[in-house]
Amino acid sequence: MREQFPFFKAHPNLVYLDTAATSQKPQALLDSLQNYYINDNANVHRGLYKLAYDTTEAYESVRQQVADFLHAQSAEEIIFTHGTTDSLNLVASAFGPHAVPTGGRIVVSGAEHHSNFIPWQQLAKRQQATFVVTPVHSDGTVDVPALLAAITPGTNLVAIAQVTNVAGDTLPVAKIVKKAHDMGAFVVVDGAQAVAHMSVDVQALGADFYAFSGHKIYGPTGIGALYGRADLLAKMPPIQFGGEMISEVRDQGSTWADGPIKYEAGTPHIAGVIGMGAALHWFQENVDAAALQVEHELANQLRTALRAIPDLTVYGNDDSLATVSFNLTGIHPHDVATFLDEQQIAIRAGHHCAQPLMARLGIPATVRASFGIYNNQDDVTKLVEAVQAARRYFHGID
Amino acid sequence: MALTKLDQMYRAVILDEAQHPRHHGVLADFDHEITVRNPSCGDVLHLQISEKDGRVNDVAFSGNGCTISQASASLMTDQILDKTPAEIEQMVETFSDLIIKGDVPDADRLGDAAVLKGVHQFPARIKCATLAWKAAAQVLTEKGKTDD
Ligand SMILES: Cc1ncc(COP(=O)(O)O)c(C=O)c1O
Repeated sequence: MREQFPFFKAHPNLVYLDTAATSQKPQALLDSLQNYYINDNANVHRGLYKLAYDTTEAYESVRQQVADFLHAQSAEEIIFTHGTTDSLNLVASAFGPHAVPTGGRIVVSGAEHHSNFIPWQQLAKRQQATFVVTPVHSDGTVDVPALLAAITPGTNLVAIAQVTNVAGDTLPVAKIVKKAHDMGAFVVVDGAQAVAHMSVDVQALGADFYAFSGHKIYGPTGIGALYGRADLLAKMPPIQFGGEMISEVRDQGSTWADGPIKYEAGTPHIAGVIGMGAALHWFQENVDAAALQVEHELANQLRTALRAIPDLTVYGNDDSLATVSFNLTGIHPHDVATFLDEQQIAIRAGHHCAQPLMARLGIPATVRASFGIYNNQDDVTKLVEAVQAARRYFHGID
Repeated sequence: MALTKLDQMYRAVILDEAQHPRHHGVLADFDHEITVRNPSCGDVLHLQISEKDGRVNDVAFSGNGCTISQASASLMTDQILDKTPAEIEQMVETFSDLIIKGDVPDADRLGDAAVLKGVHQFPARIKCATLAWKAAAQVLTEKGKTDD
């Protein structure tokens, strides 16, 4: 698996444990980008020559591919965006005012990434709506019963991660959607940390909207998608205007194209779309349930080994998929990160764009190690040894 | 071997300084007050300064952050005592230069705080080291404006 990632040839001694921030890229993706720019580069949806037609076909075929990947009903439900953040902002701006009336109610979990938090907080302000942030457990996982209880009659919208990015817990999305729908609320799901670690079926989940980023599933940066249920997209106006997205433009008024391209004004990130298609294809060919299970077991091995270290707190639990957050008592995560970096171990330290969660846990930051399909036992061993060494170093123990 | 670079930055004095910071706490009486943040990492620093006859005569900081930011705040608060705002502004400039370049001719004016120069080998940590100093320069020139 690792041989398919040229990054590891460039960095043979690096222990890369920051896939939750962004994944490394397989050769298959790099080949597709190069092939696109060498052989297929043309703008989409406008040229009449064959090359432009073929590129448009390739671009649109990725829409179908993403629809299949998410088990959506049709490609018409897939909008290309810059990534998760862009997707969530699009729903909040374009569909938000339709979903949440003045004085309405929005519920989010206390463990959301800022991308799935601030757009809703700001929408709540605009709509003078109540913005409810639900409790978390002391290990950083979402308190699901409390979240369900917060979805009361009068709730208009619920925004949750399928997999959280600090504790790595998986939320029971189908159950949450059922409760929300019973109360008449829409559900927006942030899939950024889910898609690379589990199979996703938006219809089985019942999600109204589902967002993800290409770069977290071995694809390029700057590209992602938003799934929106067809009947809801029919009610969602475009918020960006320009080329491609129109049906007809007159001096005093315009009408919009049908389907998802009405949300894709301007020349899109064509190479990104093609690359994301190549990455998803590579993923589906190379990463099966067994490989994902290995990844999860590595995370659990790490959790077990870390729990044996004195004065160390591990967040999340053994159901958490591929993300392990922890803190050494009395040692700031940034100091740990610098120490580990000196040993060629790349982990993330900080608030992970989840300040509301940090506030609930009463900590400024955590150290976070996250796994990808290329990690192995050796990575776990090296990290655990280095964490033990960091503890000795900063506590002055020899 | 890898640790020599680390040792240069975290020399015992810095670890010790962070664990036993000077001027940590709050002042009952002060002329300037500011809260600054390092948004990328969540460090928060609250700084209070009292002035007498145009010189800093008391100072305190609180908040949370890594070893580097805490040690730096501790050293900074100690070094600005009895200095005028103009002198402090110059010190802050010298300090920023030192942390970025690793050496500057007028490092002497920083006193003990010059031990932080090892940070220059860790570009990702420069902001941790300069947070407290920039806060001091800002609050003394903007006369006590807080950022939130
Ligand atoms: C849970 C979660 N949501 C949203 C995002 C934002 O993704 P992006 O930066 O690709 O838009 C991330 C990643 O940083 C994430 O982990």
